[in-house]
Amino acid sequence: MGEKSRIDLIKELEIKAKKLRVDALSMIYKAQSGHPGGSFSSIDILIGLYNYKLKINPKNPKWDKRDRFIMSKGHASPAVYAVLGDLGFFHKKEFNNFRQLGGLLQGHVDAKIPGVEMSTGSLGQGLSFGNGICFARELDKKNYGVYVLMGDGEVQEGQVWEAAMTASHYGLNITAILDRNRIQNDGFVKDTMVIEPLKDKWESFGWHVVEINGHDFNEILDTLDELEKIKGPKIIIAHTVKGKGVSFMENNPSFHGKAPNEEEMKIALKELGE
Amino acid sequence: MIATRDAYGKALVEQAKKNKDIVSLSADLGKSTKSVYLEKEFPEREIKMGISEQDMMVTAAGLAHEGKIAFPSTFAIFTERGFEQIRNSIARPNMNVKIVGSHAGLITGEDGSSAQCIEDFAIYRALPNMTVLCPVDAVETTQFVEQLVKHKGPSYMRTTRNKVPVLYDKNKKLKIGKGEILKEGNDVVVIGCGPLVSEALRAAEELEGKVSVMVINISTIKPIDKDLIIKAAKQTDGVVTAEDHNVIGGLGSAVADVLSENYPAPLEKVGVNDVFGESGKPTDLYEKYGLTSKHIKEAIKRILKR
Repeated sequence: MGEKSRIDLIKELEIKAKKLRVDALSMIYKAQSGHPGGSFSSIDILIGLYNYKLKINPKNPKWDKRDRFIMSKGHASPAVYAVLGDLGFFHKKEFNNFRQLGGLLQGHVDAKIPGVEMSTGSLGQGLSFGNGICFARELDKKNYGVYVLMGDGEVQEGQVWEAAMTASHYGLNITAILDRNRIQNDGFVKDTMVIEPLKDKWESFGWHVVEINGHDFNEILDTLDELEKIKGPKIIIAHTVKGKGVSFMENNPSFHGKAPNEEEMKIALKELGE
Repeated sequence: MIATRDAYGKALVEQAKKNKDIVSLSADLGKSTKSVYLEKEFPEREIKMGISEQDMMVTAAGLAHEGKIAFPSTFAIFTERGFEQIRNSIARPNMNVKIVGSHAGLITGEDGSSAQCIEDFAIYRALPNMTVLCPVDAVETTQFVEQLVKHKGPSYMRTTRNKVPVLYDKNKKLKIGKGEILKEGNDVVVIGCGPLVSEALRAAEELEGKVSVMVINISTIKPIDKDLIIKAAKQTDGVVTAEDHNVIGGLGSAVADVLSENYPAPLEKVGVNDVFGESGKPTDLYEKYGLTSKHIKEAIKRILKR
């Protein structure tokens, strides 16, 4: 890709990032239920993956050569749904029934939804699932990519480290992305259970580690490209801001899993350029 | 006498020869569950996970997601270490994962209460989509493994550490979901599973001439053979269940559900009476905890007095 078109692409993604934040927040507002904080910290990474890196086909979600993406932090579903709906995996009218009885879009991402690989919602399991896909890929001698997005609080789950060991022991070609937004359900991660030194932990488990700003599309795209050339397990620690894009949600633990009220929604839409 | 874990290991190899999608996962107990046989034959299809059951269960789900038929195995008790993973990542999305738990029940013996899993039927039975199996002998284990390869969805199969009698002729056609009448009778029916089926047959034999005892083997705890249970209850004066499992939530409870909803009949449950076991020889444990033919005979007599 030429330098100019790259600049254009980044501009395009930045515009999309605002638009899809509006879609995600509107889902949560309508349902009066959902997780805006982690959706907004991870949505730029999701947009970069789905609109630039992943080989996918919205018309054929089960295309066997597709890259597999696992959303391990399944509660940030509005971000995933906004991205998938934008790409046409399902009709955007489904947004209206997010978290509603009989609706397609479940509270946490569910494999019944076109474009979703794994039903999650219970933290700590996505990396193991991604490893399982890698084992199958090796047995079948295929070569698609496998990506897993996790939360930072999520690495408090012991299973994450079991899976980290497995990927390293078998040298699995897997790319994990850690949404380092520093806030979990009960408050700041550092006050709940310290996970640092995070980079050292992953490196000592045999992973290639890079750290980026998870809201900078240049860094997101460049890193995804760069990591494709590296064999074995690798992780992007993406430094992000919980609730990124809406001033009163940013870095505010109370918007981990709370819908905005009418007044807050008005302000949010204004800030997102609506 | 053959341990069903041994039959499992051999059957898995036979099926793997015919189906390249079969993959086994072990958690440092492959030598015990006998998935080690597959490792010898197809090393690339036995994935050694180390001592990490939670990771193993969800890795199996990932393999199944790509069309593999995944057989994660470990001790029955340690499958429970990954219970929530089984619930959310295997049963909920209806994954083709065939869990095998060996060394279950008090029959596990000397290792003591930490290994003597007596609640596996109860917990796995409560999961939607889950098939729960306890093959009685080597013949049934072999046939169940073959059927599991074709079966869609998740299952849990309990195998035994110790050698148990072979009750079926190898040409007998057995089927997941179908119980079998091993002995006809009209006074009382004993519905058993696992090693307790042999105890039930012994009890029936010892009462021969005094009480006419029907003996049924139920190896599919879920979905349970309702028709056979109702038929047997109608034909007799009452039902005794017998299992190497807690009396809460296992075969006895599954039979009670069927009877109370369809054909209320006197029921006596022989099983572990809501206590944990201890170290000892299996025969001594069965004697102390009430799991022998003698205890089944007592239950039969209680039915006749009701």
